[in-house]
Order: sequence, then structure tokens, then C-alpha cells
Amino acid sequence: MEMETEYCFRHKHILGLENLSTDDISFILQTAESFREISTRPIKKVPILRGKTIINLFFEPSTRTRLSFEIAAKRMSADTFNISASTSSATKGETLVDTALNLQAMNPDAIIIRHSHSGSPHLLTKHINASIINAGDGFHEHPSQGLLDLMTVKQKKGKIEGLKIAIIGDISHSRVAHSNIIGFSKMGAQVYVSGPATLLPPGIEQLGAKACRSIEEAVTDADVVMALRIQKERQLDPLIPSLREYANFFGVTNKLLEKSKPDAIVMHPGPMNRGIEIDPAIADGPRSVILEQVTNGVAVRMALLYLILGGSEQ
Amino acid sequence: MRMSMILLQNGRIIDPVNKVDRQGDLIISEGRIHEIGAPGTLHLPDPDGTTFDLSGKWVVPGLIDMHVHLREPGEEYKETIASGTKAAIAGGFTAVACMPNTSPVNDSEAVTSLILEKAEQAKMARVYPVGAVSKNSQGTELAEYGEMKQAGVVALSDDGRPVANSQLMRRALEYSSSHNLLLISHSEEMSLSENGAMNEGALSTRLGLRGIPHVAEEIMVYRDIAMADYLELPIHIAHISTKETVDLIRRAKRNGSLVTSETTPHYFSLTEEAIDQYDTRAKMNPPLRTAEDMKAIREGLRDGTIDAIATDHAPHSNMEKDLEFELAANGIIGLETSVPLTMNLVRENILTPSQMITLMSVHPARILGVEGGSLAAGATADVTVIDPDKKFVYTKDSIVSKSGNSPFIDREMQGKAVLTVVGGEIVFEELG
Repeated sequence: MEMETEYCFRHKHILGLENLSTDDISFILQTAESFREISTRPIKKVPILRGKTIINLFFEPSTRTRLSFEIAAKRMSADTFNISASTSSATKGETLVDTALNLQAMNPDAIIIRHSHSGSPHLLTKHINASIINAGDGFHEHPSQGLLDLMTVKQKKGKIEGLKIAIIGDISHSRVAHSNIIGFSKMGAQVYVSGPATLLPPGIEQLGAKACRSIEEAVTDADVVMALRIQKERQLDPLIPSLREYANFFGVTNKLLEKSKPDAIVMHPGPMNRGIEIDPAIADGPRSVILEQVTNGVAVRMALLYLILGGSEQ
Repeated sequence: MRMSMILLQNGRIIDPVNKVDRQGDLIISEGRIHEIGAPGTLHLPDPDGTTFDLSGKWVVPGLIDMHVHLREPGEEYKETIASGTKAAIAGGFTAVACMPNTSPVNDSEAVTSLILEKAEQAKMARVYPVGAVSKNSQGTELAEYGEMKQAGVVALSDDGRPVANSQLMRRALEYSSSHNLLLISHSEEMSLSENGAMNEGALSTRLGLRGIPHVAEEIMVYRDIAMADYLELPIHIAHISTKETVDLIRRAKRNGSLVTSETTPHYFSLTEEAIDQYDTRAKMNPPLRTAEDMKAIREGLRDGTIDAIATDHAPHSNMEKDLEFELAANGIIGLETSVPLTMNLVRENILTPSQMITLMSVHPARILGVEGGSLAAGATADVTVIDPDKKFVYTKDSIVSKSGNSPFIDREMQGKAVLTVVGGEIVFEELG
């Protein structure tokens, strides 16, 4: 590794990219690269986290992220347990803090939490000793997604610094967008965001993004174009008039990509609404790196778990 | 409780109504201000009387907090009338006006009478109940203002929520004028603020919290002033928090509106940054705003646009606060920190001591139409003594209120009430 010899990863929790330095991010990405190979072996298991207990505490539905964390943990021999909202005490009126204290009483090493309220992982850190990994909190951050997106871009482009990243869609309600804006701008890329003005939050430029009124402006000469999921229920809140109009004016299409660099890649954090925020031809086309994002997700999550739980024993 | 005469010697007597700000002696007898004289000139005729040497301290008309939540009846685990008025006297307040959003809501003679009875039993600060504007504060039907006034309410408010329906607001203003009761407006356009957890802006975006835009307050303040102007009636705007609200009120006053307003110590002491990593102790409604808003609030206090400082004392237990930020209850306690936080403005030369007392005693009494706010001979002896130099750390253990939801915990404070006299009786003393 090319890090300064002084460098040491010192985080107990992963709450957001806002708390990580550029050295931290580089180190996580390097560590993830070194773990990628494990998933290609015939026997996809190493004993690094043997004896560690990891709880997936998911208060929102998730397929990709929860499975990705679980696979990451199991490939490192940790014991994993899944709690989802339907089976938890949340429906019986128990508070988050009480749920967490009960989990703490069983002495887990890490709790991976997804929750619809921003700051829920931060609340857990105030009450329990286990390491907390934020797997998505409200509209705040989704750090492991941000890191796997950084990893994917770095693989494809060889660098991050100096790239132009365009993020198109519902910026207001996207924790993925927030982590990506913070992560890419920290690592020296220029991040442009665009979408309907109803979905661009105030002060987004202070996170490091440039907000564009037109999506064409945002993708012009972009190296990376990221489409964000538009949530169907946003029609109820008067944010967009219809999904059809959204697709026509804000969807990522081949015509839009004529403005980007010829070798621009297209990303999507999933799950996709084909034909709404992204043209299916693009999702399945040569520019798409969507499934590589998923593959890298396992490696990034292995790196995070290793750095938090296993680092001291290596 | 001591009923004998009290001599307050050598204090700095600050009595803005009577244009007094000088060293002097003051005698309290039989519940009234008996006599005021030059320092060292007054003596107690009665040997059983109590004398305090108050060199270096301020003797001021009893402070009045015109906006508190005492939680009784209904949420006695957060605060009771006894615990809340005990916190009040410890903070230097001789009287508080309590908002009607209890359970049940104070929209009736019965609840008003209960509150006054409990206050009488507690024998601490005076309590002035505020009645509901609408039945059960639902915003649909007028409450019975006449009967509540007979029972003792001093003003009307649906505080905690706005009177959203403009027609109801009109009728409430009109009908309250028939009973000579002031209407206190919680001005908030709910369709803009609903589900919001903090001030909308770059910080709410960064924290991923739904925002409350400052226009949600201003739009409703504008409506309220326009309505009151149209009817040529007074209106009082509660807990103002934004720059544009201050500007609106300044313009309205210049144009002759009968509008008055209050702000709270947290709006001139803190910004939204106090939320930091989702600290629910800094969550209230209206939310903490930006540095620019805070500056405008301070200027509004300085130039007289804002008439009063009230605390919006809002006790909550850990059950309501130790939650996800968006689920946590709004509100902070304030009775015990109001004096030192306002003293900060005096130390920063934004307010004179006389202005501070005007904002915390003279105007609240005048706006509510209650006694107090004066140290004239013959006036009821509600008196507060403040030690402007006293330094202390506001610790969790020191809190008198039943709840501890304050963003000021563990802060160093300077300036403290050290003697509180209500109706000639010493109810709080921390001299020495």
C-alpha cells in the first residue's frame, strides 16, 4: 500500500462519508480492491472475522444492501443475524434505543442499521458499545453505497480526481446522492446535480455539488452519469406531475448522453424503474456499470467490516 | 415564607416605568412596595424585619414570563404547576402565563379554575392562565372566552398550533375584543412546515432532515397582522424566530399596527448549528434558525421592534426526547436560563439593563394587562434581585424543573436571580 506509514484507520463507526477523510476513503477503497479476489475463489471464505457477531438491523425493506452486507460478513466467517422491521419489536411500540439496548445485551460486535429516520445510527452510537455501520438513514447518507460507487468509477476511469460526475433525479430524498456528492467532491471530482427543481434541496451546493437547472447542462462533458431512483409515491406529494412527464423530461436517455463524454459510464444505485429515470436500452447497454456496482458492493462492505472489526488482530 | 418587613439595601434599583436606575434602598411591607430612598437612608421600624445588603446587585420589578407550558393537567410526569412555578422563582420570575395545550386543553372555566387552584396551593410564582382560542384548540369553533375570563384567563392562544382557518382567526379577534382579551398567535403556515424537523437550508440538507422554511412563519405573521389591522385590533405574535418576521413587525409598527411580539432566549442565543449530530435538545418549533436570523432578532430587541422576552418553557421527559430526531418532541425548558442568557445581551451592549427589565417585566405586564412591572411606592411587592456577576455552570443536577431538556446544560452562565419576592413574601433566596 502506498499510504503514509503513519496512517491508521481509526473509526469505530461508519456513519457517513462526511466523517471520513480522503486518506480514510483511499484506504477503504484499496482494502476493498484487495478483497475483491476472495469473491472469485471457488471457496469464497476467509477466516478473518471468525467469532464476530454482526447484526443486520433493517427497519426499511432492502434486498441488495442487506444481502451484500450479509455475504460480505459470511465470506469473512462472521456470524450474521438479520432483523427486519416486520419481525422486530418496532411494531410493538418499542423505541429504537430500547431495541438497541436489548441487542447490546447480547454482545454483538457490529450493528448494521438501515432506518427511515436520518440520524438513527448516530442515536445508537450514543447508547451502545458495538460498532455501528449506517446502511442508509433517511435522506442523510448511505456511506457503503457511496464507497462502492467511488470504487466502481476508480476502476473504470483509473482515477476520481478531475472527473465530472452528473447525478440526475431526486436529489432531495436520496441518501445515495448525498453520500456521492460528499465522497466524489472530497476525492477531487466535480459533481453536478440536476433534476426537477422540486427535487433539488436548498443549500445542496454547500455539500460540494453544483446544481444545474437543466439536465443537459449537468451531463455535458460528464465522465459519469448517475440516474437516481424516482420514488413512485413522490407523485402524491406535489413534487412531480406524473411519472410519464418525469421520464420525458428528466429520464437518462441516449439523446441526453450525446452531451456527455463519448466514454461516459452510466450508474444507478438500484432498484431501477426501467423506462422512468433510465432508458432500459442504457441500463442494459455498454455504458452501464450497474451490475459492477453490485459486485463492488460486497468488496467494499468486506473492507468496512474488516477495518472496523478485524484490523487490530492482523 | 416570611411576612415581616424587608429592607433591600444598597442595590441598583432598575425601574424603567418610573425612570429609575440608581443605587438605593427599598422597603417592602404588607405585600407592597413601601418606600424607596437613597442608599443607607432607610431603616426598618420593625426589629423582626429582614435586611439584605445588595451592593452590586440589581433590584428590579418581578420578572414575568408570558409564555410557558406547565403541563398540568395531563402531563404531570413532565412538569406540574408546583414544579414549574418553583423553576420560575429560581429563575427570577414572579409570574408566568401558561399556555392552554394541556390535556385536557384549557378551553373552559373548569380547567382554568383548576390551574389557579393548583397555583394557589403551590404558593410560588403567580400563574396567569391563557385560554384556548378554539374548542380543544381544534381550530374550528370558538371557545367560551367570557366564562374563561371570569375564571381568570388573561389572554387567548391555540399555542402549539396555528389558527389555520382565516375566518376563524377573524372571528376570534373580534370576539376576544368583546371580552377585552388579547389574542396570542402561534404563527405558522402548516402546509409548509408539516413534517419538518428543523430550519430548512444547507444544514437540513446535509443532515437529511425535512426542513421548515422560514417563510412558513412569515406568511402567517403577515396574515395575522393584516387581519388585526383590518379589524383595528391588537394581536401578539408569539416566539418569533426569523429576520423577515422582525422586518414585518417593524414595518407594521411604523404603520400604526397594534401588533406586539415576543422572542425567546434560544432564538437570540443559538443557531441551527446547535443540532450538530442530531441533538434533540436543540429541537423546537419554530426551529433554531441561522446566524443572520439570530442577529436580526437581537437587533429587533435592541430597537424595540420586539416587545418581550418569553421562554416558551416546554418540559419534556427522555421518553419524548431520546428518539430519532424527527420523532422527538419539540421544545426546551427555559425558566432557569432566561436571566443569564439575556444578561449576555447586556454584556454585549445590545441591551441596557433598563431595556432588559422592560422586555422581561414591564412589557409582559402591560401586554397581558396584569399587575407588576413597577417598583413605585404602593405597587404590589413582586421584586426580583439579580446578581449580574454571579457565575455558575448550568448542570443537569441543578435543574429545578421536573424535566431536563435544555441545550444549555453544562454551559457556563453569568448573571442569576438570587432573591425572588412575590406579594411581599420571599419565595426564593440564594444570597450569600
